[in-house]
Amino acid sequence: MSASPIIELRGVSKRFGPKYDAAARLTRAISRRLGSPPRDETVRAVDAVSLTVNRGEVVGLVGESGCGKSTLGRMVAGIMPPSEGEILFKGRDVADMNGTDTRDAKLKVQMIFQDPYASLNPRMRVSDIVGEAPLTHGLVSRANFEDYVDAQLSRAGLDPAFKRRYPHQFSGGQRQRIGIARALAVQPEFLVCDEAVAALDVSIQAQILNLFMDLRSELDLTYLFISHDLGVVEHLSDRVLIMYLGRIVESAPTEEVFARANHPYTRALLAEVPRIEARKHRFTAISGEIPSPLNPPPGCHFHPRCPFAMPRCAVEAPALREIAPGHRSACHLNEGTA
Amino acid sequence: MTATIEVRNLQTHFFTRAGVVKAVDDVSFSVNRGEVLGLVGESGSGKSVTGFSIIGLVDPPGRIAGGSILYQGKDLATLPEREMRSLRGNRIAMIFQDPMMTLNPVLRIDTQMIETVLAHDKVSRDEARRRSRDALGMVGIPSPDERLMAYPHQFSGGMRQRVAIAIALLHNPDLLIADEPTTALDVTIQAQILAKVQELAAEHGTALIWITHDLSVIAGLADRIAVMYAGRVVESGTAAEILDTPRHPYTHGLIGSVPSRNKRGEKLRQIPGMTPSLLSLPAGCAFRMRCAHATAACETEPENTGEGTRFLRCFHPMEQAA
Repeated sequence: MSASPIIELRGVSKRFGPKYDAAARLTRAISRRLGSPPRDETVRAVDAVSLTVNRGEVVGLVGESGCGKSTLGRMVAGIMPPSEGEILFKGRDVADMNGTDTRDAKLKVQMIFQDPYASLNPRMRVSDIVGEAPLTHGLVSRANFEDYVDAQLSRAGLDPAFKRRYPHQFSGGQRQRIGIARALAVQPEFLVCDEAVAALDVSIQAQILNLFMDLRSELDLTYLFISHDLGVVEHLSDRVLIMYLGRIVESAPTEEVFARANHPYTRALLAEVPRIEARKHRFTAISGEIPSPLNPPPGCHFHPRCPFAMPRCAVEAPALREIAPGHRSACHLNEGTA
Repeated sequence: MTATIEVRNLQTHFFTRAGVVKAVDDVSFSVNRGEVLGLVGESGSGKSVTGFSIIGLVDPPGRIAGGSILYQGKDLATLPEREMRSLRGNRIAMIFQDPMMTLNPVLRIDTQMIETVLAHDKVSRDEARRRSRDALGMVGIPSPDERLMAYPHQFSGGMRQRVAIAIALLHNPDLLIADEPTTALDVTIQAQILAKVQELAAEHGTALIWITHDLSVIAGLADRIAVMYAGRVVESGTAAEILDTPRHPYTHGLIGSVPSRNKRGEKLRQIPGMTPSLLSLPAGCAFRMRCAHATAACETEPENTGEGTRFLRCFHPMEQAA
């Protein structure tokens, strides 16, 4: 595997906050004057994340709901601009590109969504869903349009005879294949899959995962594979990133994460993944709930639920440090050894 | 050991304009006191309709077309609605996938819980409130007194599901039917719910039917497993029997397609094709179109064979482990 980065994120953050009108700004300014600062209503969905994805790599991004993994995926796919930080596509900052280059870069990064029901326009025929973008962007001429669409559908494992149909005439697994055909139709190099198999039945999920693996070798694709399902991520990924409340807490090659998880959150997560190898046993649970990202705990976000928390954890956020070659973790417990 | 519930040859059909959909077709199983039965299947296999049939919540055009559901000598399939009402939510309770389906969004939690207590027990409102508060505490909701006064939207998804479980457990039911209650939840929250349900089943001797498509969840929870496909139980046995030595090719394929059962980075073993429409099922074994072992014999319906706890519907059972 060559180590040329295809996507690089540097200190990327995303904040969501209310837009204040003139009256609201005035009241907030007055209350600040009066010595009672108004409540901060900003959500830091993604908090200063840096990461690199190399060409040909499959990177798994794991986290629970509300940890910011989808927001991060959307920023990588160029659907959402970051509030802070830079996103580099093949070494160039996407924000600095001019019109044509931006368009080309965006076409090269495509996204596959979780819900195969909501992500397809119900009033468009499959041939238009798949063919519209390549036609608009001049990747195919009108004369070759039909053949091109047929080829895209076949590659995703769909019978081209169905291309005049509408999305509602397909099952969930087939719809996900339509979504994959649509993404591949613009000849991308990088796919962001956001929970792309979460809504599918187990037997259909295996079919779609196999399709992803075939396409990877066939088209030399790079993936950012976002999922809450550690079993799926373990099977597919070369490297795994673990996210908790907007921050990446651990990053390592897949074997390393599953054999020698370092961060207490990763370890807790791994311990609770239901395994088919397990037999009837008592379940135990990490105490507490995932805190609200509106009001995250200070210091290390995980400290209120962490069995090893020290006073320092409540004050100072640990940095993501290398603890072994290629293995990085954000935990104060590593200070003594590193 | 006596069975808490015994389902015999249950048939629940939906009489639609397009034809009769046999959502549940000749399903039999029993669950003993304190036992956990995992009812496993993919979408459209009839696992949820089986649950709805037991608790008497099948809506027209569907109805129980045959078979019996025996509970304490009574057949729930033919029980008058008035008597069913006195059992539902009392002796037999259900938890749904989406807790918002159980909870009324415009009523406070205390209203909904007290109403449930008073529906079946003649106690004072104060006593009902105390029992509601205790139930919330039991499922691990912090400061239950305050939380009783909250509305469902003020709870997170995991908390809402716990409230739904607390309501289901208010009358210490003999049978609890759980229909994918943790599917929408994160793994850490899922583990909390599983731990809680397990503890309660052990303490009160509640029989549990856990409906799911996720074999990994059921592996650590169930005593016995029944696998459904296209309205029929194709294989049933103890959890270890089903998971270690599956004999039906469908069960075998289902277990084989779980990522952790495959070597990393290699192609997953997959079952070809997809679940057939219940409106146009092939004659004979419904799985034969996707089955690598199918022969001409499979064009006739395989009988339910087996003894003791192990049952199978297949002409070509598999011998090797998954």
